[in-house]
Amino acid sequence: MNKVGINMKSKFLEKLMEIVFFISACVSIISVILICFFIFVNGFPAIAEIGVFKFLLGKDWSPSNVPPSFGIFPMILGSLYVTAGAIIIGVPIGVLTAIYLAKFCPKKLYNFLKPAVNLMAGIPSIVYGFFGLVVLVPLSKNIFGGNGYSIITASFLLGVMILPTIISLSEAAIRAVPRSYYEGSVALGATHEYSTIFAVVPAAKSGIIASIILGIGRAIGETIAVVMVAGNQARMPAGLTKGIRTLTANIVIEMGYAAELHRGALIGTGVVLFVFILLINGIFSVVKRRMA
Amino acid sequence: MNRLSRLSRLSRLIRYTIKFSAIITFGVLFFIIVYILVRGIPYLKPSLFALEYTTENVSLLPAIITTIIMTVLALLISAPIGIFTGFYLVEYARSGNKLVEIIRITTETLSGIPSIVYGLFGLLFFVTALGWSFSIIAGAFTLAIMILPLIIRSTEEALLTVPNLLREASYGLGAGKLRTIFRIVLPSAMPGILAGIILSIGRIVGETAALIYTAGTVAKIPENLFASGRTLAIHMYVLSSEGLYTNQAYATAVVLLIVVIGINALSTTISKKLTKGNIDG
Repeated sequence: MNKVGINMKSKFLEKLMEIVFFISACVSIISVILICFFIFVNGFPAIAEIGVFKFLLGKDWSPSNVPPSFGIFPMILGSLYVTAGAIIIGVPIGVLTAIYLAKFCPKKLYNFLKPAVNLMAGIPSIVYGFFGLVVLVPLSKNIFGGNGYSIITASFLLGVMILPTIISLSEAAIRAVPRSYYEGSVALGATHEYSTIFAVVPAAKSGIIASIILGIGRAIGETIAVVMVAGNQARMPAGLTKGIRTLTANIVIEMGYAAELHRGALIGTGVVLFVFILLINGIFSVVKRRMA
Repeated sequence: MNRLSRLSRLSRLIRYTIKFSAIITFGVLFFIIVYILVRGIPYLKPSLFALEYTTENVSLLPAIITTIIMTVLALLISAPIGIFTGFYLVEYARSGNKLVEIIRITTETLSGIPSIVYGLFGLLFFVTALGWSFSIIAGAFTLAIMILPLIIRSTEEALLTVPNLLREASYGLGAGKLRTIFRIVLPSAMPGILAGIILSIGRIVGETAALIYTAGTVAKIPENLFASGRTLAIHMYVLSSEGLYTNQAYATAVVLLIVVIGINALSTTISKKLTKGNIDG
């Protein structure tokens, strides 16, 4: 009798914990739904009030004017410019470094460099931003003129910041290429360098592209580091050595004191950023699925 | 002969370009770390660690304490949920289960969302809708969601490395599923799970954008969980954007860097132990 009681108790516990695990598993789904709901529901009314085209394509952002004007086109361009700059700088260096780690690096050095890449990913963006502020801004001022807060400075900083993302994923993709590709090429008389670049790397193409897409996502979403070096002027891009404001910067700079429609327009900025990110993530998972 | 030398010249060019890129990558990392340490360490004065923050001493200590509270709280919320999710995905869900597919998509989505969007959500949901105002608890919940995908994924990967033989042996001895999970599977998956948790500590300590509008920027040690407080990273952001305390910002950067380097070293050692254990087993 007692034994049956224990048995029933443990059965009950088994069932209970299974339900607890199931509910935990649902938390991430609920979180995504909540995030989408709260951002969209708070952002759409303001976008509708301003007018979708006026909001997205308006070239003037002056929230304190009478009447105020809420066009975020300068910020959309700002985000695209610095992201493009980051890709131009980060992708070649990142992919080549990944090739180095996968195919050229001595084992002993690798045991040291691999954690270094992880460390690079772990350095907080505030530290990168501060480094940009005290080193890159003066440097860019000396080389390119202006006050140093510019598209170029932000691009360089973001280019460095997306390196670990690109390196880790590209390296994994290159390592996943079957050895026979390399061996076949070497057997045909090609050098180590030739075989790597012309046989192995092309086979890792989709993984490398996936790493670049993820890097784009990181660059578009980066906030603090960009705020510290980009100048943040809410106007149409005026040149590579001039300042610019990104979507993320727009939110973080003005959210502290915004009210009413201004606040709504900032949440609307978040909606646009969020849609960009969802699109990039969507493309990323399609590419990744094709890889598998 | 001529063709051969052209080929070898090109090979050499390729090799140099690749090595050059690697030197740039690691040179930049090295430069950032050394530059900040060299410029910052001289400013790590005892006055920076005074218990009370004033505009004169610009003390770090309240921010350090807030950071610790924030980290513990976010982990208390996120770690059980993340680990339990891992249990469900690996130990309970049947393959081909629709829910598993959806959870995978949502964790991927969560890990791609930028921190400023988390911050915006935290402001709209925890701070405004739930009425928690700028507080430690609002910040901790926001961060908990942010690190959830990291914990889920590391738990999942760690559980998958546990050989099925162990589970079957446990069942064979008459243990139930729950007992098997907690007594057999969890201990052998622990290093991998820990490595994930340590990495999330790194994310929490370094986070700024998600906390400015959820936890706020008050520079005191918070009296309770519903009070506002600034973590180290926010402290550094405020210092460097005010522009008055560059030296103290350097010192804060040093503290942050040391924490991050320590965390990474710890996580590397633990995951190394994990792989070694697997070879032995």
